Amino acid sequence: MIFTTEEILETVRMIQLDHLDIRTITLGIDLLDCRRDSVKETVRLLSEKLKLTTDGFLDTVNKVGVEYGIPIVNKRVAITPVSLLLFSTDMEEYIYLAEKLDGVAKDIGLDFIGGYTCFLEYEVSQSDRALLKSIPAVLNETERLCSSIVPATTKAGINLDAIREVVPIILETARLKNNPSVCAKLIVICNPPPDNPFMAGAFHGIKRGNRVLNVGISGPGAIRSALEKLPENSDILSVVEEIKRISFKITRAGEFIGKEIANRMGIELVSVDTSLAPTPEEGDSIARIIERIGVERFGAPGTTGLLFLLNDALKKGGLMASSLVGGLSGSFIPVSEDKGIAEAVSSGAINLEKLESLTNVCSVGLDMIPIPGDVSPYTLMGIILDEMAIGVMSNKTTAVRIIPVPGKRAGEWLELGGLLGRAPIMDVNRFSCKALFERGGRIPPPISSYRN
Amino acid sequence: MKRAIITVTGVDHTGIVAGISSVLADFNVNILDITQTIMGDIFVMALLVDISGLEDVTPLVSKLSEEGDSLKVKVSFEREEIFRMMHRI
Repeated sequence: MIFTTEEILETVRMIQLDHLDIRTITLGIDLLDCRRDSVKETVRLLSEKLKLTTDGFLDTVNKVGVEYGIPIVNKRVAITPVSLLLFSTDMEEYIYLAEKLDGVAKDIGLDFIGGYTCFLEYEVSQSDRALLKSIPAVLNETERLCSSIVPATTKAGINLDAIREVVPIILETARLKNNPSVCAKLIVICNPPPDNPFMAGAFHGIKRGNRVLNVGISGPGAIRSALEKLPENSDILSVVEEIKRISFKITRAGEFIGKEIANRMGIELVSVDTSLAPTPEEGDSIARIIERIGVERFGAPGTTGLLFLLNDALKKGGLMASSLVGGLSGSFIPVSEDKGIAEAVSSGAINLEKLESLTNVCSVGLDMIPIPGDVSPYTLMGIILDEMAIGVMSNKTTAVRIIPVPGKRAGEWLELGGLLGRAPIMDVNRFSCKALFERGGRIPPPISSYRN
Repeated sequence: MKRAIITVTGVDHTGIVAGISSVLADFNVNILDITQTIMGDIFVMALLVDISGLEDVTPLVSKLSEEGDSLKVKVSFEREEIFRMMHRI
């Protein structure tokens, strides 16, 4: 046999027991050529283009999944940011566009479509404002459309006025139909990568190609399982090497599958995202990896150090395996989606402030965190500002995907269901930052952004 | 040549090899290599097979899975390249 039984079993085990999967195949589609003067004509053209360019996509993905024996969980499309496709001061026109996009996504059979996106780091234009205002209705009325808002970048600094306009939109999205879970489709993001295959932040970057493929591979369970086989007293370097080894293997497999799908579709694979994205399945958890290495509970002192180790080793293994590593390619710490993190919150091992500090050393940010719905808008602005500051200063992606839950208090649980999981509602610091946001304006970019 | 590795794991009993290989014969799939071992009390068998003749492997994969269920073993099917990518540089 060309492989040893151990090698064969390692791979089979990763897939069958440790939930190794291709988390998402995301087709990036450029829709700039669909722009016309009238919204109707634009929508007609982009619907047509989406249907044409996704022809055979799902069928190919499903066939490759069965043939190669690796589950492919999500089939998605990322489009050119909507704020660049339509300039209107009429919120209804955005809603019309959004409903059509969602309808097309449903017809094609996509899990999600990303790109209901606007860039506010320099200014909030009249058309941006109309798009923003449409978000609560759009996210409550559609199923598959995901929205991202960019109020800060390292190059631009942080637009406080934009954050101030965005927060009421988030609160209204949660409140409108008393269905806070729709906030899972809304992310406030700093320095967003143009090739991110993960939702809610995926959009198709400018000049990224007419139709290209991005793949996200994920296996927190595979890494946890490999670490469990290491002797208890192994030194820290052995831990690093083991993570790199597994990251290398899963990235190679992910790149190969991505290339195979791209070849069959006659397009190019442009990005492999090696992010560790947990699921609520037992063991498919970032927290369990960190706890395995040496802290009693995720959040205990030492957690930031270990998350740094994990994120860095993951990147090193991935970069060795593929030259196409892109997107976010770090560890996600979404509270509701990671059973171990949700339990850590529940047991008091971690709070919002510690989660914020963890986002210095991983991607993406404060993710899937339910908070009490009576939160002051200013408090939420302050939370977003702090998270944006980490991204701006460190020249990395950071984001906030927070779920204000109307009528619930800290400690109660929010059930989101499926891959979104469940989490305890987390308390927020109630001391005010109102005076700061009343100053308004834009915090200038950091000195590290002046590279020329 | 398109090749795949079929892995069978479970509690050892008579008829496993016969059951799986008869499914393969039905689909005209040639076995190129076979290895089996007992790890602890778990029976492990890996078959390297030639699937060049199959346009679509889906019917084979579902039949193998059905056969696995009736034999009370776990059958998995992966293209050989996955193992090559993971274990060979």
